[in-house]
Amino acid sequence: MIEVQGVSHQIGKMPILSDITLRLPMGKLTALIGPNGAGKSTLLSLTGRLMPLQAGQIRVDGSDIGTTDTRALAKQMAILSQSNPLGSRLRVRELVSFGRWPHHQGRPGPRDAAEVEQALHDMDLTPLADRFLDALSGGQRQRAFIAMTLAQGAEWLLLDEPLAALDMAHARGVMARLAGLRDAGRSIVVVLHDINHAAVWADHIVAMKAGRIAAEGPPSQVCTAEVLGTIYDMELRVMQVEGKPLVLHHL
Amino acid sequence: MRPALALSLTLLPLSAASLLIGAADMNLASVGTDPQAALILTVSRLPRTLAVILTGAALGIAGVVMQQLVRNRFVEPGTTGTAESAALGLLAIALIAPAAPIWVKMMAASLAAMAGTALFLRLIRRLPAREVLLVPLVGIVLSTILGAMVTFIGWQTDLLQMIGIWLFTGEFSGVIAGRYELLWIAAAAAALAWFAADRFAILGLGEAAATGLGLNPDAVMRLGLVVVAVVTALVIVTVGMIPFIGLVVPNIVARGMGDNLRATLPVTAAGGAALVLACDIIGRLVRYPYEVPVGTVLGVVGSLLFLWLLYREPARG
Amino acid sequence: MIALSLALTGACAAYLFWGLGPKWQFVLSLRAGKLAGMLLVGAAVAVATVLFQTVSRNRILTPQIMGFDALYILMQTALVASLGLSGFASLTAPVKFAVEVAIMIAASLALFSTLLGRAGQDVARLILTGVILGVLFRSAAGFLARLLDPNAFAVVQYASFASFARVNTDLLPIAALLTCAAICAALWVAPRLDVLALGRPIAVSLGLAHDRLMLLALSLVAVLVSVATALVGPIAFFGLIVAGLAHEAAGSGRHARLLPMAMLIAGIMLVGGQTLFERALGLQSTLAVVIEFVGGLFFLWLLLRGRIR
Repeated sequence: MIEVQGVSHQIGKMPILSDITLRLPMGKLTALIGPNGAGKSTLLSLTGRLMPLQAGQIRVDGSDIGTTDTRALAKQMAILSQSNPLGSRLRVRELVSFGRWPHHQGRPGPRDAAEVEQALHDMDLTPLADRFLDALSGGQRQRAFIAMTLAQGAEWLLLDEPLAALDMAHARGVMARLAGLRDAGRSIVVVLHDINHAAVWADHIVAMKAGRIAAEGPPSQVCTAEVLGTIYDMELRVMQVEGKPLVLHHL
Repeated sequence: MRPALALSLTLLPLSAASLLIGAADMNLASVGTDPQAALILTVSRLPRTLAVILTGAALGIAGVVMQQLVRNRFVEPGTTGTAESAALGLLAIALIAPAAPIWVKMMAASLAAMAGTALFLRLIRRLPAREVLLVPLVGIVLSTILGAMVTFIGWQTDLLQMIGIWLFTGEFSGVIAGRYELLWIAAAAAALAWFAADRFAILGLGEAAATGLGLNPDAVMRLGLVVVAVVTALVIVTVGMIPFIGLVVPNIVARGMGDNLRATLPVTAAGGAALVLACDIIGRLVRYPYEVPVGTVLGVVGSLLFLWLLYREPARG
Repeated sequence: MIALSLALTGACAAYLFWGLGPKWQFVLSLRAGKLAGMLLVGAAVAVATVLFQTVSRNRILTPQIMGFDALYILMQTALVASLGLSGFASLTAPVKFAVEVAIMIAASLALFSTLLGRAGQDVARLILTGVILGVLFRSAAGFLARLLDPNAFAVVQYASFASFARVNTDLLPIAALLTCAAICAALWVAPRLDVLALGRPIAVSLGLAHDRLMLLALSLVAVLVSVATALVGPIAFFGLIVAGLAHEAAGSGRHARLLPMAMLIAGIMLVGGQTLFERALGLQSTLAVVIEFVGGLFFLWLLLRGRIR
């Protein structure tokens, strides 16, 4: 379980997060949603210790992220940010291999190689494994980064808008794979822009607005016209398709 | 006209200070009676003060013109290879015809400066348009390369001492009557820019806009090139390289008054003169009676001002 | 790698033994000193540039373009100015040098870690800042030098040109010690540098102590640049060529391979180039200028191609 306790954050004098307290369940796929500037990415980065905590406390499965050794944390959770400009020119397999770094510190063994092949396979990248990253499309690149996160073999996966550069088919493919990982026992937290992906795939939704938690619960509770309408300040309709809520926000 | 007036008013005390400060003892009150004092004033102090004012004003205007030509706020003749080209021209003429009269040297330096600036303008056309800060960067690197050429040739021909003076630290300590008058031509070239101020302002809107308004952009471009090259070459021939004036003064003026050149050019000229004069006075006082070259003082003051400009607001063209 | 090692050995032999005159003992010892200096400078510049490019995640930068060497020159001048000629001059050259390097590490860490941390997004602004800082440091050093000794034209002059023929042999032992230590440290953390190159978010996610490693890498850069600048003077673009060639030749971003490769290439270029210029063409001090010229053209080409990453 990830426990967020009284976390606040500001940049300059601008408050980004105000006094967030939150519990993210284990073994579930949790979606963070909310309008632009709600603080989703900041919350995810703080949880993944990419930014230093200013106030409050965050614990991942009991380990305080402020005091636990960063290498130990890397075995507990893997985080992927929105954009990842690389400093080096790498092949796909080389990038994914870096996911095993927390386990071998530069001296990979046979088990690491096996895990890398598994992650490549899981993300459908085996045929592309020897291509350079800069020769890939945006979607393929994104899958390569997710594969690296997978190879890390951590209990928790934290992903910031993994669907950002993907077309419909690949977006659904990635969500289906994340759901598959959840079924295999991993815990996943993902920032999503498209509310319908959250509605269809997530077990648990956390909706944020202006640095606070606006709503929290299973999709059936959060994805209602009333709740979403207040969060996004717009009128929208919610229909039920095959037992799942579907938000019509284009009309 | 308020800023122009205010600047002119600060120029007066600065000029007076410049007339009074120097290694030799001189009492301004005794100029009328003491022939020695009169000599110092007319041969050394007055020419020096005039040279400083002319240089600052001309370089400020050359900077504005350069920025309009390139349509980028972060350039000036010293960071676009113009100055180094002028030095290259000087070096060439010193090698081919060492005894050539001064006006031949001046022509050679001006032509070389023009060629170098044209090369720079060619190069930056190939840059991606949105990379505003690449333009000054390319200019600085081009300057470095041209400077390396000058150094190399100077090394091989034992002219390094001479080049060092042109290229690295401009100073006014060698200015006496009879050795600065070329600067009047530089000032005249800068004044020419004032008459064409509207044309440069329109060119600054872009070639398409200029053509649309019935202006021949190439002709304005050539005129600008001539102004920039002549000013830079003459300053280098007479006193050496004075960095950053053409850069920081126009930027500060544009921040306060905008880009209507007809109104801003006189202010830029006065501002350039005041800044160089202030730095020259600092250079003379800080280690009295020795002198720190004004180029060195401006290297410090100017780069600090530049960094301030760079970080005060998001970079714009 | 083996071919490169052989080439370097060959170049060194050619430099040492080509055209030994009758006074061969004297000439040989003179040449050995210069050779050691060139090898040190080559290795220092190569490793410093590769490290700096990894930290800044930018392939067209060198520490010298960002003003590192100018900072060293300023530190050196400021030290003389603040301690006065009395106390400082009485120290031996190695001790003086060690003090300078220590101060250089502190100053460059304070400056460049904030600069790289903050301006990381806008690369062009970052580079421009570095270039202008270089001008600022150099002018400030010139200013201080004039204050110390108004007639010291030579001080500024010395700081403005590099020459491989004029290796400062007094400093060789301490320079060798520092360079070797810094290079060993770099090789030791080489696997971690591979992770650093992935960028901060990924590196942190993988459990790397990112910020600490960055500070270490920057300190190593500071040491190596100090050594190179003290031995031969400022050289801005040489490292750019070396790092570029090393990346091409190594074929992978692995630092364990990249760093030795860069050192070998740098050594071959310097020793081979100096042999060619000094012996074949009879030009003593021009190699540095030529390398700077070619490197500058290369940099310009990179800029015009829009490759600022």
